[in-house]
Amino acid sequence: MSQLEVNGLECVRNDRVLFSDLNFHVNEGQLLQIDGSNGSGKTSLLRILCGLSLPENGDVLWNGEPIQSIRQEFNQNVCYVGHTNGVKHDLTVLENLHMNTALNVQREDVQSPKVLSRMGLTGLQDVQTRYLSAGQRRRLALSRLLTNRARLWILDEPFTSLDVAGKKLIESIIEELVQMGEMIVYTTHQAVEFTNTPVNSIHLNK
Amino acid sequence: MSHNSLTSACAAVLRRDFTLIMRHRNDLINPITFFVIIVSLFPLALGPDPSTLRQLAPGIIWVAALISTTMSMDAIFRSDFEDGTLEQMIMSHHSTTALVMAKIFAHWLVTGFLVTIVAALLGTLLHLPLKAIWVLQLTLLFGTPILSMVGAIAVALTVGLPRSGVLLALLILPLYIPVLIFATAAVNNATLGLAFNGQLYFLAALLVLSLTLAPIATAASLRISMG
Repeated sequence: MSQLEVNGLECVRNDRVLFSDLNFHVNEGQLLQIDGSNGSGKTSLLRILCGLSLPENGDVLWNGEPIQSIRQEFNQNVCYVGHTNGVKHDLTVLENLHMNTALNVQREDVQSPKVLSRMGLTGLQDVQTRYLSAGQRRRLALSRLLTNRARLWILDEPFTSLDVAGKKLIESIIEELVQMGEMIVYTTHQAVEFTNTPVNSIHLNK
Repeated sequence: MSHNSLTSACAAVLRRDFTLIMRHRNDLINPITFFVIIVSLFPLALGPDPSTLRQLAPGIIWVAALISTTMSMDAIFRSDFEDGTLEQMIMSHHSTTALVMAKIFAHWLVTGFLVTIVAALLGTLLHLPLKAIWVLQLTLLFGTPILSMVGAIAVALTVGLPRSGVLLALLILPLYIPVLIFATAAVNNATLGLAFNGQLYFLAALLVLSLTLAPIATAASLRISMG
């Protein structure tokens, strides 16, 4: 059983306390939504959860161990899709996918044509991503949900720039992942509908 | 579950950086053109006297190499930092140090290595004797990777700042002084027909030192810039 646990987390940005004494845990098959107004520290929290930034106080534990001390094992199990897509504009869709394949642990039997068709990017594989729309680039970034093998997914505003169909698609992929026992932590300002998955939520207050 | 080896991840980073450079040929051509132009300005300013030029050539070529490397350094991480691909590399389970090393190597091949090749031509332009040209190229071959690796640490530290141009030069250039001293001394000695292997050994030692430590420091600095 994998578990992500957060103990007494405090985050300070520009001498302002964004949140303090934050405690929660995420178990396998749980969906956690981080709520809060703009500037309440959602992105900061997500970046602390994936170890990209350090908290002022408190610990993030993966299976009981601080993530900083088991970084390699933790990174093998976590996938982060941030505000910035992590998609290179001068590379084609396929080259971006290959780069992701080289850097991360992949699921078995991942075939890029299948992934592209599910993400609605068929026919664009040889197009440099600078020529894609913002929504298409977001879809490409989120195709990691289908290709990477992770236990914990950290998604920062996954539904930004997606159209209605795209949002539905990501919702259904998220539900599939949760049903497979994976953990998902995400932020959003949109109303999301998960038909048969309970959503836990945390409010960050200023 | 398919695990990709570290070697193939580094190869992929290398291939990716080359693809990106080939799609942005300006980034490739500008530093090397800059290097050539700076060096060819000196004969115009100093006059065509061969003995003066021969005497100043090592210094001119090396200082131009330092400046053109410094100017090209910022590109090594900035765009990756801005579009989030750098954080994907850091989030990878592969060693950041090794991936960073692949990036530095790609950068060196299109800056320092090109400078090393072109330097032969510029040495001839400045009337360096043939033997000294070989030594000049040898010092560049040993020295420019040091420049790339030490520069990468400073770039990694400043990549989070909105504009780091001059600050970067202020951070990097003093660190390049030992390389400059040993390299120019070696070429001067070769011009005068003296022994130059001592200086080359020092450069080689600095190369080994930066090869072993700089990628670790760069990876750590990138983590700091992420936070």
